[in-house]
Amino acid sequence: MPESRWRSLLRPTFPLVTVAVLLGILGLAIVAQIHEKDNDDYSNVRGDDLVELLKSLDAANERLGTQIDELTTTRNGLLSSTKRSEQAEKQAKLRAEQLAILAGTSGATGPGVEVIIQDPDKDIDASALLDAIEELRDAGAEAIAINGVARVIAQTYFLDEDDEIRVGGREIKRPYVIEAIGDPSVLAGAVRFPGGLIDTITTRGGTATVTKQDKVTITALADVTTPEYARPSS
Amino acid sequence: MIPVIGLAIGIAAGLLFEPTVPTDLQPYLPIAIVAALDAVIGALRALGERRFNDRVFVVSFISNVVIAAFMVYLGDQLGVGSQLSTGVVVVLGIRIFANAAAIRRRIFHA
Repeated sequence: MPESRWRSLLRPTFPLVTVAVLLGILGLAIVAQIHEKDNDDYSNVRGDDLVELLKSLDAANERLGTQIDELTTTRNGLLSSTKRSEQAEKQAKLRAEQLAILAGTSGATGPGVEVIIQDPDKDIDASALLDAIEELRDAGAEAIAINGVARVIAQTYFLDEDDEIRVGGREIKRPYVIEAIGDPSVLAGAVRFPGGLIDTITTRGGTATVTKQDKVTITALADVTTPEYARPSS
Repeated sequence: MIPVIGLAIGIAAGLLFEPTVPTDLQPYLPIAIVAALDAVIGALRALGERRFNDRVFVVSFISNVVIAAFMVYLGDQLGVGSQLSTGVVVVLGIRIFANAAAIRRRIFHA
């Protein structure tokens, strides 16, 4: 009985052909649908789903927009802080340069005067030279060097030693050439005025001349010493 | 044997000609395919139980497809298209699983 049943399935009867046609249509439809799914557009997406899709895209868009705003704010903050620290660095650099000139750890150049003290009879001692330097400082000299070797700073000392003068430990020879950077006319005036530098030197037996210069370059450096006892108080 | 050949020819034709689904049919075809699969699995079960009837198969196949497509259409008209098509797929899926389970029990006795 099963034998004839299977055999009947092989005979191309009308119902079987109908079944075959239906299955063929099904196969075709499946392949077509799968193929349709492969091309990735939204033409076969239902309207409701499209609306949902659009909503979720909108939400994502909004979220990302907020994120962009936050990140922009962060970036701006970072940029401005960078700018601030740049400015601070620039100021610190400027300050360091000013202090370096004051401390005599860097060379300096600018307008100034050159004072030449002739002392043939060796009458000028350290105190006279210090007076001369004080005179220049009083007139606003910002950087002073003697004979191009001794830079005069706050700690510089003047010492008499065997007819010679030591300035900050360096022996200086006659004639003394003092280079000072500052306002040339003010400095020259301070040197020349009655009872000033020139008068004092002349009284002591030497001669002094002063020349204004547009550009004085001081290359002598002071010896840098690290303070051993003094500490910043703040 | 002939139905299997028909299925093979259909798939081959699909692969060969790469037909595009008409736009009007696009929302209904997936559901129709699932409905048709339900009819086919039901037919396979009937075949195994030796009570296959080609007339029943043809009618159930066509009515399944038509009803499924109609429900999707109706759902779209009512504004519950996606929910209703999900419901149809779920019901048909349960039927397919039940039929497949019956076939499995018959073949493997498990």
